[in-house]
Amino acid sequence: MAEPREHVWQAVRWLVLAALGLLFLMPYIWMVSASLKPLDEIFRASLALVPEGGGTISNYVRVLAEVPVGRYLWNGVVVCGGILFFQLLFAVPAGYAIAKLNFPGRDWVFGAVMLGLLVPYHVPALPLYVGFSALGMLNTYAALILPFVISVFAIFLFRQFFKALPDELIHAARLDGMGEVSVVWRVILPNALPAATAFAIFSVVAHWNDLFWPLIVVSGPDRATPALGVLYFRTEEAGDDFGALMAASVVMTTPLVLAFLVAQRRFVEGIATTGLKG
Amino acid sequence: MPLSEVLAIAPAQRRAPVGEALAGMMLTLPSAVAYLLLLLLPTLAAIVLAFTDYELGAPSLAWIGLGNFEELLEDRGFRQSLRNTLVYTAIVVPASIGGALALALLIEALTRGRALYRAVFFLPVVSLPVAMATAWQYLLHPTIGPLNALLREAGVNGPAWLTSSDTVLVALAAIGVWEAIGFNLVLFLAGLTAIPRELHQAAETDGVASAWERFRLVTWPLLGPTTLFVVTISMIRAVRTFDSVAVLTQGGPNRASEVLLYTMYTEGFTYFRLGYSAAITLVFLVIVLALMLLQTRVLDRRVHYG
Repeated sequence: MAEPREHVWQAVRWLVLAALGLLFLMPYIWMVSASLKPLDEIFRASLALVPEGGGTISNYVRVLAEVPVGRYLWNGVVVCGGILFFQLLFAVPAGYAIAKLNFPGRDWVFGAVMLGLLVPYHVPALPLYVGFSALGMLNTYAALILPFVISVFAIFLFRQFFKALPDELIHAARLDGMGEVSVVWRVILPNALPAATAFAIFSVVAHWNDLFWPLIVVSGPDRATPALGVLYFRTEEAGDDFGALMAASVVMTTPLVLAFLVAQRRFVEGIATTGLKG
Repeated sequence: MPLSEVLAIAPAQRRAPVGEALAGMMLTLPSAVAYLLLLLLPTLAAIVLAFTDYELGAPSLAWIGLGNFEELLEDRGFRQSLRNTLVYTAIVVPASIGGALALALLIEALTRGRALYRAVFFLPVVSLPVAMATAWQYLLHPTIGPLNALLREAGVNGPAWLTSSDTVLVALAAIGVWEAIGFNLVLFLAGLTAIPRELHQAAETDGVASAWERFRLVTWPLLGPTTLFVVTISMIRAVRTFDSVAVLTQGGPNRASEVLLYTMYTEGFTYFRLGYSAAITLVFLVIVLALMLLQTRVLDRRVHYG
């Protein structure tokens, strides 16, 4: 009795989700469609998704000719990579120390971390801008990277993670004659990998997509990140040329989306675990 | 612990405290310095700045007490911005949470295709917001946009979504919901997986026949902690909204889509009134802190932990 009814319900759920999913993908579908249409076809506002006459790649040609796509993507990689490298360099040892070591001031340090979790990064932005400006550091990778090298969230995350590691692991390493530095290097670091992967995805997604801070410290294409690059192309060159604009959007959105499609499970788990702990 | 074991680890423990204390301090030192220079001092400076008339490039600054905050109260633009932020949040939070929960329940009940649908709805989270905002601008364009073209087919004259003060905030909120749903969905799916299946079966055996009753009696209470967290983080993310406004409307038309962070940005980095901008930042910080306090103090007590 229940079996056929359950099949019907499965089919209904599937269809509802398919319809909603299609609706959800509309911005992508239209973005790709318009990027392949010549301008006059876009201005006719037809509802045909497939471009007449098979479409054109002229929009992409224009984007690749006028936008330093490689430059923007490279800047994105340098900035996200730099931020992540220093975040891990600072947060893994600190998280381990707070979780497993007894030292004077530990409770103060942990209190400071909890306090830092309350402050959105937009709050210190003004004084940091004044500081970078006074030091002549605007328009540099350093200005893009430095404000984020200390992530209290990362310290908190690693502290929680290391807290769950058995003490015996560390005691055994010490009994084997390892110093504190090699304990961190050879025991803690390899064990931190799952937490580090989850945090890395969280961090890269956040900083690759960020517009607020790059908009403040960068002007001009030299150090522009992908987000800023799209904005520049929009305001300075493309105007109402929606075909070229959509082509630029497709080009700039693709790298992270591809990474997501390749490592879907890791992305979702990374965002879910970091999300739930933050 | 047997004596022999204590003796066995005793030397290591006796040696540990000094070395351990030193190691602890050395390992936290880089973080502590970076924290001080890049987080604590700038945050304190922002708070101090809020009570001054500092403007970038000005030779000096003066302590003006609550002057900036008095000006904020009088500033119609700021009040509009605060109101818009609240309206935006009031639309995005319930819609993105309700939508995400419904989708999560639908997806969780699937026997196949879960990963596919999760990926579809999660896609906006990993898509460059500036680029997607541009795609939305085309989609919502009054004359050449597909949405209004569709409405014309149905005989309706669609509004100029992003350039009319009547619709701009709703349009931005719709984009906000679209961006937030995937993130909330993933959190709800994680929460649902943690609920043991036996509980639903037990409820069914106990005579709770309808799916809605099982949701109300089993799923919803057990999902409490997840929902509480999703509510808080959704509110904070909505109050923080910046990208779509900066890209699509610059707060216009006529301040109809001005939001808190965008006002802070223009005052600080377009007009260089840093003191005034810092005061807005402080208002923003107080709102975020209040939301976090709401989570820990008020809501926490009403949530049933499973």
